[in-house]
Amino acid sequence: MTNSNEFINIVIICFSSIFTGNILLSYFLGMCPFIAVSKEVKTAFGLGMAVVFVLTFTCLLNWLTYHYILIPFQLEFFRFIMFIITIAAFVQFVEMVLERYSPLLYTNLGIFLPLITVNCAILGASLFMVIRDYSLVGSVAYGFGSGVGWMLAIVSMAGIRKRLVINKIPKGLQGPGITLIIAGMMALAFIGFTGVLQGQ
Amino acid sequence: MAVATTKNESQEIILQGIWKDNPIFRQVLGICSTLAVTNLVLNTIVMCTALTFTTTLSSLTISLMRNSTPRRIRMMVQTLVIAFYVILVDIFLKAYWPEMSTSLGPYVGLIITNCIIMGRCEAYAGKYPAIPSAIDGFFMGVGYSCILLIISIIRELIGMGSILGIPMPFFSSHWDKWIIMVMPPGAFFTLALVIWMFRTFQKDEEDDKK
Repeated sequence: MTNSNEFINIVIICFSSIFTGNILLSYFLGMCPFIAVSKEVKTAFGLGMAVVFVLTFTCLLNWLTYHYILIPFQLEFFRFIMFIITIAAFVQFVEMVLERYSPLLYTNLGIFLPLITVNCAILGASLFMVIRDYSLVGSVAYGFGSGVGWMLAIVSMAGIRKRLVINKIPKGLQGPGITLIIAGMMALAFIGFTGVLQGQ
Repeated sequence: MAVATTKNESQEIILQGIWKDNPIFRQVLGICSTLAVTNLVLNTIVMCTALTFTTTLSSLTISLMRNSTPRRIRMMVQTLVIAFYVILVDIFLKAYWPEMSTSLGPYVGLIITNCIIMGRCEAYAGKYPAIPSAIDGFFMGVGYSCILLIISIIRELIGMGSILGIPMPFFSSHWDKWIIMVMPPGAFFTLALVIWMFRTFQKDEEDDKK
């Protein structure tokens, strides 16, 4: 019984981090790359994949660091620095492994990796995970879900922006302005998912 | 540039931070961590104070250390310096204002990854002496805070009919509250409108100069 409850819990965490609590559209994390890199669908997809991958693993690593290093030594206030170092080290490590063993993946994903270290979504997800007190599996599910949610948002934004080129937009609104308005509409649409979870 | 700033120079820096190079509507940077708290004016004020504190002091520190930091590891040094000040802010809030600390949640910590601070350290503080750097950092923070304050006032007024929790005359009695304004989409729309407005003004100003 507890097992199935736990399972449902994890599915809910994952679902809500993709749709109802989308890390980008309802928590505004990872906005800078969202506005800057959402011009091409292909690039957006590449960056999205890299974010999914890094988020899943850094949530796992940061959960372990937090619960096995910071809490026993009562260094919780140190978590900002610790998390950033973990993220930076992980990204560097992945970059080296990819370069050595999978040049193909490296050329596709590699350029996005350094960008990710400073992406607020990565650090934000780790901080949320600590605040909401998720279990280990829950954290991984949360990291994965947030990554997928972020990717979904940036890829659809890139798709919409492609069509914008042929439209007439007021001068002052071009670029970031119109992107933000579209993001607002997307956020409205995502709010619609809220009912799905409450229906349970 | 080695001499301390003359009055004109600092005026130039101030103007740049608040108007010409305003981090939000010119550069559209670093809105991630702070946009989320603009639904209440009070939260925004606290957050912006924290951010300005961090930009000023980290610009100052980076600038003082600029000659002794090897170029290769400067990013890491910058991050650590910023993280140090953010931890100070976080502990201070936890100790003296625990309710605010919980309602800001992880966003205080996210000041670390705010692109503006890093960007200013990289673009300005790494090259110029300490005092101009601190002024630059401070006014970049102020320019940033101004926009966020405008956004938060609009959002709280239209969404809740109050400012700083105090009910406003017309809005609390005769106004049908737009709940959507205090929800995430409201932030996107308001920011877009503010950017639109300022960019149009700036464009007119540039045209006048010509």
